[in-house]
Parts: sequence; C-alpha cells; structure tokens
Amino acid sequence: MLSISNLHVSVGDKPILKGLTLDVPAGEVHAIMGPNGAGKSTLGYALSGRPGYEATEGSVVWKGEDLLALDPAERAAKGVFLSFQYPIEIPGVPALTFVRTALNAQKRARGEEEVAAPAFLKLVREASKALKMDFDMLKRPLNVGFSGGEKKRMEILQMALLEPSLLILDETDSGLDIDALRIVSEGVNALRSPDRAMLVITHYQRLLDYIKPDRVHVLAGGRIVASGGPELAHQLEAEGYDKYLPELA
Amino acid sequence: MSATFAIDLTDASTFPSRRNEAWKYSDLKRYLREAPEPSGTAAVGAPGPFYDLGGDAIVFANGRAVGVTDFIASGEQTLRLRYISDAVGTGHTASARVSARAGAKLLLLETHEGAGSAYVVNNRLELDVAQGAEVTRVVLVEEPEDVISVAEAEVRVEAGGVYRQTIIATGAKLQRIETRIRHMAQGAHVQADGLYLLNGSRQADLTSVVRHMERDGTTSQLIKGVARDTARGVFQGKIVVERGADGTDARMGHHALIASERAEIDAKPELIIYADDVQCAHGNTVGALDDSALFYMQQRGIPADEARALLTQAFLIEVIDRIEHEGAREVAREWLTARL
Repeated sequence: MLSISNLHVSVGDKPILKGLTLDVPAGEVHAIMGPNGAGKSTLGYALSGRPGYEATEGSVVWKGEDLLALDPAERAAKGVFLSFQYPIEIPGVPALTFVRTALNAQKRARGEEEVAAPAFLKLVREASKALKMDFDMLKRPLNVGFSGGEKKRMEILQMALLEPSLLILDETDSGLDIDALRIVSEGVNALRSPDRAMLVITHYQRLLDYIKPDRVHVLAGGRIVASGGPELAHQLEAEGYDKYLPELA
Repeated sequence: MSATFAIDLTDASTFPSRRNEAWKYSDLKRYLREAPEPSGTAAVGAPGPFYDLGGDAIVFANGRAVGVTDFIASGEQTLRLRYISDAVGTGHTASARVSARAGAKLLLLETHEGAGSAYVVNNRLELDVAQGAEVTRVVLVEEPEDVISVAEAEVRVEAGGVYRQTIIATGAKLQRIETRIRHMAQGAHVQADGLYLLNGSRQADLTSVVRHMERDGTTSQLIKGVARDTARGVFQGKIVVERGADGTDARMGHHALIASERAEIDAKPELIIYADDVQCAHGNTVGALDDSALFYMQQRGIPADEARALLTQAFLIEVIDRIEHEGAREVAREWLTARL
C-alpha cells in the first residue's frame, strides 16, 4: 500500500534521511522507533509534504501514485494524515469550522458531495463522545489554550472525522498521562482496518503496549537499520539504541 | 471654506504634501497636482450594503445631496450615510452633519460606494455626540483602485457620551480615512477601531487623532490590517491627553500582516501626554502569516489559498467582533468575508 524506496530528504542543506526503504501493506500497523535526531519526525513531514523537507532522491508510492509529486492538501485528499507531535494553535478559527472546512475541501478534491452542517454536527457529537471530549470545547479556536492531552485528542478526533487511509502518528504519546494515553490509543485502534495503513513513530515502547504493531523498524542515521516483530520494541526498551549507533560512525 | 476641513478640491494650493508631517505617508500633492474638473451628476443605483438594517438615509451622489445633508438623532435611531461616486477623472466633495441629542442612541452606517475611475473625492462628516448619547459608526469603504479619496470626520463627544467607530477599508490609489475625535467634557468613552485589507497596488491610510480635553475619558483603539501583493497600509494614530485631563485611560493597538515581500506597512503610533494621572499604552506589531499554521491546515486538506484566506480572516475578525450592534456586525462580517 505504501512503498518508500531509497528516500533521501534534506532540510536546508542538511541530509536527514539517507536512503530509507520501507513497505507498509494495507491493514498493517508499523512502528518506527529510533533515537533522538534519527529523522523520525522528518519522515512524517516528508510523507505529508511539509515545505522545506525536500526529497532529493528515491520514491514514495502510495496506492500506486507518486506521493512526492502532490502538494500537502492533495496528499491529504488522497488519505494521508499526519498527527502532529505538537499540534498547531490557530487563533480565530473555531475547531468546528476548521474540521468542517478541511473535510469539505477533501471531499471537493475527490469529487464527492460536501457534508451539510447538521449532518456534520451529528458526526462530531458522536466522535467527540467516544474520545470523552467536551463538545463546547470545539467551539473554541482550534487548540488555543488546550492542554497537551486535549490537543492530542483533537488530532484523533480529526482523524476519526476525516477518515484517512494512511495514518502517521508522530510521538502521539508525548505529553499524555496514562488515562489520556488509553483514550487516545482506543481512538486510534478504532481506526484500524484492512484498507488502512498506519505508521506509529515513537521513541518509547510504552505507546506500543496500547497500539500493537505488526512490524517494528529501527530508524537510525536516516535509514531503517533493523526490522522485526513486536518483540523488537521490548528489546529496544531493555537494551536502548546504543547497539545501532556505532555503525553510523 | 470651513476651518474644520482644510482641503478644498477646487484649490490645489490646499493639497497637503509630505512636507506636512501628518501627510508624509500619503503625499496628496504628488498624486494630485491640479484641481480636478468638477464631477457631473450620478445616479443612485443599488440600495447599498446596509439597506436591510433600515432607518433614515443621507445620500450623496458625486457630492450632490439627494435630499437632506443634516440629521439630528433623538431616541433610538438608525441612519445610513451613503457617499456614492460614479465619475471618470473628475472631482467632488460631500459634506454631512450629524448629531445625537442628549441620551440618544444612534447607529450610523456609513458607506463609500465608488464606481467609475480616476476620480477624486473628499467626503466629510461632522458628528456631535451630546451628553450621555451613544453613537456607533460603522464605515465600509470600497472604491476603484485608481481613484484618490480623502474621507474626513470631525467628532466631538460631550460628557458621558459614547462614540464607537469601526472603519473597514479596501484601499485605492490613495485612500486616506482620517478621524479627529475630541473628548469635549468629562467621562466620555471612545472606541476608534478599523481594519484594512489591501490587494494589488492599493494603498489605505487610517489616520486618527483623539484628544482628551477633560477628565476621566477612555479611548480604546484596535486597528488591524493586511497588505498583499504590492499594497501599502498606513496607520497613524495619535492620542493627546491635554493638561488637566487626569484619570484618562487610553489604549492603542495596531497589528498588521505583510502577505507578500513587496507589500509595505507604515505605522506611526503617538501618545502625547500633558496630564499626570493617566493610564496609556500602545502596541504595534507587523508580521507574516504563520508558516506552520499554513502547513497544518494544508495537511488537513485545505488548499493553500483557502488556508491563507481563512488565516487572514481569523486575524482581522477580532475587529469585527468588537462591533457591538449585532446586525451591523454581521453585515460587516459578510462584507469582509466576500473580499478576502
């Protein structure tokens, strides 16, 4: 479903990803683990098309299409969703307005009919209830004054409403207490399906107790240096990333 | 020529140039070397943006009054003040006088509606807010991009009077919207807001002078603006607290976005204080749209242009939200949204 081949990405003049190759079949959840500075967040940004993250070599094919040729909004309409490590605050734009604008923009781009306000509100009420979110909070400007946990729930709420097919979770567990982590993880697990692929980017194994991966990859020095089953995450937790670092020198 | 308004379109020697400090960003003389030929008649076409809010009307077409030029409000009233221009290469001046009697509550809905091209217009308003009266003035200005337009308002607020204004400007070749407000007596309240949204090579200059002559007056000013393309926004805000005007509370803020590398913002905030016991503050910021917010919105599927428009609206809407009258606020909101 997602096929990344020999991907090189530079930020400014600095190469960050140096020949990353990774395949994620439909229906699978793959975890990307690695030390700080390995290029984990860069991978998320490169896949979603953030300006300044330039692919200098290699390819990314998503559902048979060259993802790198599309702008960020086009990628979103094709189902790419990046859950931000630090969700952005947008003063002056109520969360409800924001999500509805995004949903309808994606629908327009796909040639589908837009969702009218009453139907949209019904969807939001259901989705926010499942995430134990206060509906009134969604009338406030997006993420402004939200706590870390509320921002992450807001990301998952958007995910539930936009129904993406490639979900990239960048350090979704950071800043969450155990209760919030459980609720957020349940929200993510509810989206697991045979026609979706997920990339879970995380530094710690903790999140993978809640979102069980099919495969675990170690990203170090801008490349995938090891891959394995879920047991690899436990091994990393016990041994750390040190053994993957010397070979970078 | 009245002493209140110094510019006389029939006499080029009255046109200020940048040698006059108050006109250094809007050099009228440079754009207008000679007095323009007088404009002919114009028809009053569409009913104007505030029509649905009803009330009385003062209408000028190319400077000629269609009916009355003066209005005195008592009780609770709505007045639509329409300055209509439809001319090519000629000039005209319109002068209105409005007053709100003691205790009156007036909603003054002013529009500058322009058609044609390369005309010159000087629209004037004298406004008196009597003791305890309350006037809310909302001004929508839309003119062709190649015209020269100077709008002036002289406002006097008496004891305990409340005057609020919100100016929404979209610019022209030279568009100066100047308001001079005086706190004539104790305990008056003034809100002097505005915004400008400028595309192409348009220019808008929001200039205001607020004078606190007596004690315990308040002034609150929020101006926001966006300049795109090669547009230029000018804000000159002066608040003067005269000797003896103790207890004054005056706050001024101007915040602008430069949405293109070739756009320009010139801001000159001034507080001049001769009294001792006052509270005054001003803030001025000029920045760009937030790149990380733009990317975030695009990542969720909102195309770049739509994301920019949404962020721009979110930035400017704070000024609209401060309009107290709900009907006027909603008209202004729709009017602005349609022009983003």
